Amino acid sequence: MPKDVSVQKLKQKAKELRLNIVKTANFAGSGHVGGSLSCADVLAALYFKYLNVNPEDPAMFDRDRFILSKGHCALAYVPCLAMAGFVPMESLEHFNHYESPYGMHPDSKKVRGCDASTGSLGHGLPMGVGMALGLRYQKTDAKVVVLMGDGEQNEGSVWEAAMAAHHFKLKNLIAIVDRNKMMIDGRTEDVMGIDPIDKKYEAFGFEVITCNGNDMNEVDAALAKAWSNDTDKPVCIISQTEKGFGVKKFQGNVKWHYGAMNSDLFKEAVADIEAMD
Amino acid sequence: MAEGTTWTTYDANKMTSKEIYGKVLAELGETNDKIVGVTADLAKSTNIGNFGDRFPDRLFNVGIAEQNLFGVAAGLAKTGLIPFASTFAIFACLRGGEQVRTDIAYQNLPVKIIATHGGLSFGPAGTTHHCTEDYAIMRAIANMTVVIPADGFETAKAVRACIDVPGPFYMRVGRGFEPPLHDDENFEFTIGKAMQLHEGSDLTIIACGTPVLQALEAAKDLAQEGISVRVINMHTLKPIDKEAVMNAVMDTRRILTVEEHNVIGGLGDAVAAVIAESGKGCAFTKLGIPDEYSVIGYPEDLYARYKLDATGIAETVKELLGKEIEADEDWTDED
Repeated sequence: MPKDVSVQKLKQKAKELRLNIVKTANFAGSGHVGGSLSCADVLAALYFKYLNVNPEDPAMFDRDRFILSKGHCALAYVPCLAMAGFVPMESLEHFNHYESPYGMHPDSKKVRGCDASTGSLGHGLPMGVGMALGLRYQKTDAKVVVLMGDGEQNEGSVWEAAMAAHHFKLKNLIAIVDRNKMMIDGRTEDVMGIDPIDKKYEAFGFEVITCNGNDMNEVDAALAKAWSNDTDKPVCIISQTEKGFGVKKFQGNVKWHYGAMNSDLFKEAVADIEAMD
Repeated sequence: MAEGTTWTTYDANKMTSKEIYGKVLAELGETNDKIVGVTADLAKSTNIGNFGDRFPDRLFNVGIAEQNLFGVAAGLAKTGLIPFASTFAIFACLRGGEQVRTDIAYQNLPVKIIATHGGLSFGPAGTTHHCTEDYAIMRAIANMTVVIPADGFETAKAVRACIDVPGPFYMRVGRGFEPPLHDDENFEFTIGKAMQLHEGSDLTIIACGTPVLQALEAAKDLAQEGISVRVINMHTLKPIDKEAVMNAVMDTRRILTVEEHNVIGGLGDAVAAVIAESGKGCAFTKLGIPDEYSVIGYPEDLYARYKLDATGIAETVKELLGKEIEADEDWTDED
């Protein structure tokens, strides 16, 4: 059951997460700031309201599972796990450094609370299908949430898994597409179009929910609906976001898929985020 | 080919690797409810269907989707289960290879990959369905244990033994038409420990998989000509039994490796590395598929072509016995 947390509180958490994203990028020297900032609201809502996870017992069998299929956004995920109490906040200072447990892509053997090693795109949904099957077979009601990128939708394995999710009637599976409309080489619709992505998931047998993924009211409503899924279908949330959301120079700027900030830009980014609602 | 051993007719009372795999897995499933099966539209072909017949809610057929097959297997393992994932060898090591490496092995998950139709066993299907690359690929994947049983009885033992392997496990079997090496299950099988099948002092054949029986037949034939050949069944390719290799080097100083795999990256290279790292000299030949794509044909014709039958192996033994090696009378004091 989701916790009783207000939208206002979740907004604060998302803001705090954005600050931790840019701070961690600064410790790391560079990072996937664009896609990390775009999914910060969804991550905050999941970890501070919806997911049944316990930092005191990260391997708790009945926990909900979360897979960051867009693994390059460990820059958002690991700070989120730190805020949720799974890893020490000060350990973020070593992000990307020699022998650090945290690199550009998360390693489930090294990051406490991380359910799956990811980074190669198109791997999260198949693993999520396996987890959802395994949990159902072992008779728990735990949910499996898979957060994917929109460029990632180009990978064929996503659709192999989507077909299976519907076939196996995995109503305990929630796929989320962080639809920030950009990938490394440019806009998704220029590089390899994925629209209408909602219709594609509908055709694959998902219960599709669309929301503004950078508006916490809408994110909360979408997740509430997904959590109370009473169909026998898997759910897909198309989370319409803006790449780099929260920092003016990064927002909607394909150049900031990945990058390094100088000290002036870092200060500017922090100031932009602090000025958010 | 030795008399009485053909690939298309065999004693039907002796079950084949593939058949035994499905039967043993179904037996294991009775006592271990953590065991589940996953396949990609090959439940019947890989015989994992026997398990599914017994436990319909524990076999997941993901359709023709091998990337998903191994991703799903990884996800199942993440929830504490022991998945057996079955497909043809070529699809396990290449079509789903990255999922095997990144989702299963990198996360050190106890997924048991049972790859059927390995080597040239699906001969008439053609090169798309042959698999002569899997030993090299699977050996190079960290955390992976690699086992190639020589027949159905070894398959049964390997399937039982692999449950206790804590991490990922790859086993390659044939199509199910291979004649048995053993008469029954009354022999010791330990993962990582090679099996000596024939004693000899002139040369050692180290083989794995289907060619083991042919190596044994060759050794028996050669014995009649006064050539004394040791035969080692190296059923575990990784971790390789270095002691068995070094004993062969020290005792016979001539080694022939035989495998149903490209000569690059498989058993021969694994054995060669052990020898090279030891600093000891040894006459050495690798017998396998040359670095080329195998041709279409019935397996027995292909084995004959690539000298993987008893006749071809015996010929190669004689060639290797004629190779000059540097004499060193004191080499046992080099340790």
